[in-house]
Amino acid sequence: MSAAPTTVKLKDRSGARRAWLGGAAGLLALLVLWEVYKFLGPSDGVMVFDTRILPRTSDLAMPHTWDMVTRMFEGETGAPNADPLWVAVVTAAAFSLGIAAAGWVVGVVVGFGLALIMLRWRLAEWGLLPWIVLSQTVPIIAFAPVVRNWGIQLDPPFFEWRDWMSVALIASWLAFFPIAVGVLKGLQSPETSHTELMRTYAVGWWTMLLRLRLPAAVPFLLAAMRLAAANAVIGAVVAEVSTGLRGGIGRLLIQWAGQASNDPAKAWGPVFGAVALGLVAAGSVALLGLTLRTYRRQEESS
Amino acid sequence: MKHTIRRHSFRSAALGTLAAGALALSACGADEADTGDDAEAGGDNGELTEVSLQLQWLPQGQFAGYFAAAEQGFFEEEGLEVEIIESGGDIVPQDALANGEVDYAIAWVPKVLETMEATEADLVNIAQVFQRSGTLQVAWADSDIEGVEDFEGRSIGSWGFGNEWEIFAAMAEYDLDSTTVDIITQDFNMNAFLEGDIDAAQAMTYNEYAQLLQATDPDTGELYTEDDFTVIEYEETGGAMLQDAIWADGERLADDADYEETTVAFLRAVTRGWAWAAENPEEAAEITINAGSGWEYDHELWMVNETNALIWPAEDGFATIDEAAWDDTVAAALEAVNEQDDSPITEEPSDDAWTNEYIEQALADLEDEDLDLTGENWEPIEVSFENEAD
Repeated sequence: MSAAPTTVKLKDRSGARRAWLGGAAGLLALLVLWEVYKFLGPSDGVMVFDTRILPRTSDLAMPHTWDMVTRMFEGETGAPNADPLWVAVVTAAAFSLGIAAAGWVVGVVVGFGLALIMLRWRLAEWGLLPWIVLSQTVPIIAFAPVVRNWGIQLDPPFFEWRDWMSVALIASWLAFFPIAVGVLKGLQSPETSHTELMRTYAVGWWTMLLRLRLPAAVPFLLAAMRLAAANAVIGAVVAEVSTGLRGGIGRLLIQWAGQASNDPAKAWGPVFGAVALGLVAAGSVALLGLTLRTYRRQEESS
Repeated sequence: MKHTIRRHSFRSAALGTLAAGALALSACGADEADTGDDAEAGGDNGELTEVSLQLQWLPQGQFAGYFAAAEQGFFEEEGLEVEIIESGGDIVPQDALANGEVDYAIAWVPKVLETMEATEADLVNIAQVFQRSGTLQVAWADSDIEGVEDFEGRSIGSWGFGNEWEIFAAMAEYDLDSTTVDIITQDFNMNAFLEGDIDAAQAMTYNEYAQLLQATDPDTGELYTEDDFTVIEYEETGGAMLQDAIWADGERLADDADYEETTVAFLRAVTRGWAWAAENPEEAAEITINAGSGWEYDHELWMVNETNALIWPAEDGFATIDEAAWDDTVAAALEAVNEQDDSPITEEPSDDAWTNEYIEQALADLEDEDLDLTGENWEPIEVSFENEAD
């Protein structure tokens, strides 16, 4: 009796180990590729019709991988009391992650709400969906100063609008889209025979939602939440660059890009921070998915 | 001294966790002083008047005088609590001022003139902090670019967003055809020039030129020196336009006596801040770094020193607008034509776009203090990057 679950567990663990090994091998391959191209590639990069499709191989454009790594452990500035670079990067990444998470939560709630409205009223779906799609075509660089301005002008009751909230709002703007579209698709995914069976039981809209549609939507929701997490991170970092919000990865990106002529390896620090940020965000959603494991059969099979 | 800049950053990192969400939004409000309110608030009852100042970019030595005024308590002594708002990639100071987001903004004159003509915003230059232009165009010494007259047909670097007008004004001065140049947008560093993508790169005396002198020549392993570059100064060639000025809201100046009073107090503190930075460049550089500038100390010190050189000497007194320089800027802006045949402005701005009323009042108020308000005794210091070579 107890044999079956044990084998499953073993299989899981070896799967996880394989995933880690695969990830590490991928990272190593990337490092090797970087160094090999830097060594063998033409110093002026690869040009196709005046457009550079591969970068120059100079130390300015492509610092050595080991230089970038050692730079992370050197001081942020030359000042004797300066923290190591990685501390600054990790602190900034945590700050951006917090903003992205706030934006993600708002995006999930709003997206879910919109999906429910569109499910309930066909008319709402026809009316709303084009606008939801359209909303994603607004460029952040145009949008960010406007949102910052709203924040200053709105002066909402009960709390004071902070600059980081404008950034979180932009993150939520990008995050709600996959949720709204994905969850709607998920809620509509039960087969007609299932919904008809429910109707023969004479259950109401809410019961059908709770017992049939929501469980069916879980695999879609998890996929949508992963996309939303990635979008929220991108939105937060880009909006930080745009509004110059201090404390996050976006700010470090522009600040240290300015120092790249004298300290090329330093400018890559926040890039690694942004990558780590994306991985942590996606990983957190994956952990969240574990709590909904019972509902995930379809995702596995599809 | 209370710091006026972004007091909430570290807190928001903690707040922004998953669970925080909406609850956090409502919880974190009421406990700190308001930041963005009008200048009228407070005043007589011993409270500080809240004032916001929008910078053009991240904190750096270019703005050292404002940080010094905050750190040395000059704003507070004038009854002001000044929030210095840094800018980012897409924040345009004159737009923020025109939208009523801030009380004052630092911006270059031609950029504001362009905005005012395009939007009919009512902004007033109340203090011309930089008396001269700090823009350079830098080419390699061994290239055949010796001056503006060699720009035709070359790839010329610029940051765009209105920073390019001096290039075109200078080309107009030499009767050159601006449609022949290939304008390449520079990013935040000088790599495109160092790698050869740009024949002549835009550089501010106080920042990018220092970046070049701090970069390593891959052929020698040594830092580049001034001999490696041909430096074209727009201040010398013609086409130079007035840069960092403090702008105020024209409508509020016209019918808000409190705002006028605040403006003079603000300018008194700013004057003292820059006078202090002129005398104490090393400390001013440190204050700027503590205010959030990410530059190395050497670079920051260079920046403060070169910025001082744009401010001092000021013959008519700190930040006083020289009508001739203003007229030159307007003329250059009218003449400049970019590679797409556009000009920043097509007609002369109104005479209300600048006034010396407030800065003159501020300087008169400070006359009895032991301050060198014209900078006649100011001397630049020597800054070098030699000890930086790896």
